[in-house]
Amino acid sequence: MSSDSSRLRQLAVSESGFVFDPLTGHTFTVNAAGLAVLSGLKAGLDVDAIAASLGASFEVEGGEDLRRDVDDFVLRLREHGLVK
Amino acid sequence: MSPRYERPVIVRHALGGADKFGAANAVRPVRDFEGVSIAELVAAHGSPLFLFSERLLRQRVRELRSQLSRRFDDFVVAWSYKTNYLGAICEVMHQEGSWAEVVSGMELDKALGAGVPGARILFNGPAKSAADLEVAFRTGVHVHLDHLDELELAERVAERLGLRPQVGLRVHIGDLPVQQWDRFGFTLDNGSADQAVRRLLRRGVLELTALHCHIGTFVLDPAAYRHEARALARFGRRLEREHGVRIDSLDLGGGFASHNTLHQQYLPGEELTPSLGQYVEQLADGLDEGLEGAPPPRIVLETGRAMVDDAAILVATVLANKRLADGRRGVVLDAGVNILPTAWWYRHDVLPVEEPRGLAEPTVFFGPLCMNIDVVREALMFAPLEAGERVVIGHVGAYNVTQWMQFITLRPNVVLVSERGEHAVIRRAETVATLLQQEEVPPWLRR
Ligand SMILES: Cc1ncc(COP(=O)(O)O)c(C=O)c1O
Repeated sequence: MSSDSSRLRQLAVSESGFVFDPLTGHTFTVNAAGLAVLSGLKAGLDVDAIAASLGASFEVEGGEDLRRDVDDFVLRLREHGLVK
Repeated sequence: MSPRYERPVIVRHALGGADKFGAANAVRPVRDFEGVSIAELVAAHGSPLFLFSERLLRQRVRELRSQLSRRFDDFVVAWSYKTNYLGAICEVMHQEGSWAEVVSGMELDKALGAGVPGARILFNGPAKSAADLEVAFRTGVHVHLDHLDELELAERVAERLGLRPQVGLRVHIGDLPVQQWDRFGFTLDNGSADQAVRRLLRRGVLELTALHCHIGTFVLDPAAYRHEARALARFGRRLEREHGVRIDSLDLGGGFASHNTLHQQYLPGEELTPSLGQYVEQLADGLDEGLEGAPPPRIVLETGRAMVDDAAILVATVLANKRLADGRRGVVLDAGVNILPTAWWYRHDVLPVEEPRGLAEPTVFFGPLCMNIDVVREALMFAPLEAGERVVIGHVGAYNVTQWMQFITLRPNVVLVSERGEHAVIRRAETVATLLQQEEVPPWLRR
């Protein structure tokens, strides 16, 4: 799943997970994992790399499908018009 | 140590203060029920699981009785069987002094079988058979007649038995400030109630002593009861004047709202539902206006949902999470509309059993049926839930364990929890054997 990161780079993202979209004026909250995915996308990482970084920065129980979670999250970003 | 993983979530902020998900953001977990942990109850009785609080049941009836006693010397609270006719629930109600209000031969048999004397049973409903009426008249049950054909049938049965039973007429009052049920009873405004009375008196087989009315259900405006009581009292006095009939009992039916929230309601039921005291106040004022100083008859109420709805919860288990096409999160539960038909009326509270952790996002709760209509709760902000976690659905005591259906899955255990934390099954979960017991395969199909 590729995503255009130029749109994402416009977003103001605070460390606490508050997101402001200057294009629409909409605001969002992301959780810690969401924040990690957003920074990964902004840095131009692909889904596999982001999933791997989630596995490294969080305590994962084992059953989770991190790739699926990232795909799912990107879909949500698309619905909110934050990626194309 | 690194933080615990939660699926990445993004939630858009709604404009303005209150979002469309209402106050649901401030969730408190429900870890136990009447002092017993949900985990223990589920371990003992399975999931899904209906739990009734004996304490809350008794408390509600006592509250209604105490409110009534402030305004009336002579009143009767009758338990509306159709609202919940599990034997243990009825027993609690009868122990609290409630009569039985029944609307079918089945309910009548259930009440008589449970040892309720006929003189403490009210028989309503639009479909009484000759056999039902015979049982009722023989046992001294108070029959409320719904239409002319039934009146004639009742006269024939009474004549055959050589009895002159006391009966009531169900009436329907026009122009109330609520959307009301108009297919039951004799209409007051168009003269059909008067016509029925004249007919009954001319034949002289039955003795008319009561008037009954049930204006609808989940009536959120207490003033409706003022109109109802006034109209009923006035009609009674007019019958006394015009025909010398002595009406000694006015039955105002049921209809008080519980603390649930209707789908079309904006504010949550916890805020909007009038208190029992407010209903009784209006009703008593209306009665005073209608009686204008005449001696008050006995007042009867058949309050159903407001007595039991808030006394029960349904525990359900999360089976799966899924992402819906519109981006919302779907949670599949092991309890659906087959055992919770009130989900079609109400935006039921759904609460976590564990402390919520993680960001809440818009969530839809589905049941386990493979049908589109199986939605337990639409649009609720809810923290992440893992498969195997439990949730609690609130205010489920009324009409569910009577209107539920055995469809696709089996109906679960229903448990009563006492004030001391004792718990016992009051209706056993069905098994496939329960179903097979009712079935036959004809001989020509047998192998
Ligand atoms: C005749 C009659 N009485 C009482 C009730 C109980 O109503 P509620 O549960 O709204 O109090 C009903 C409900 O349908 C009814 O039909």
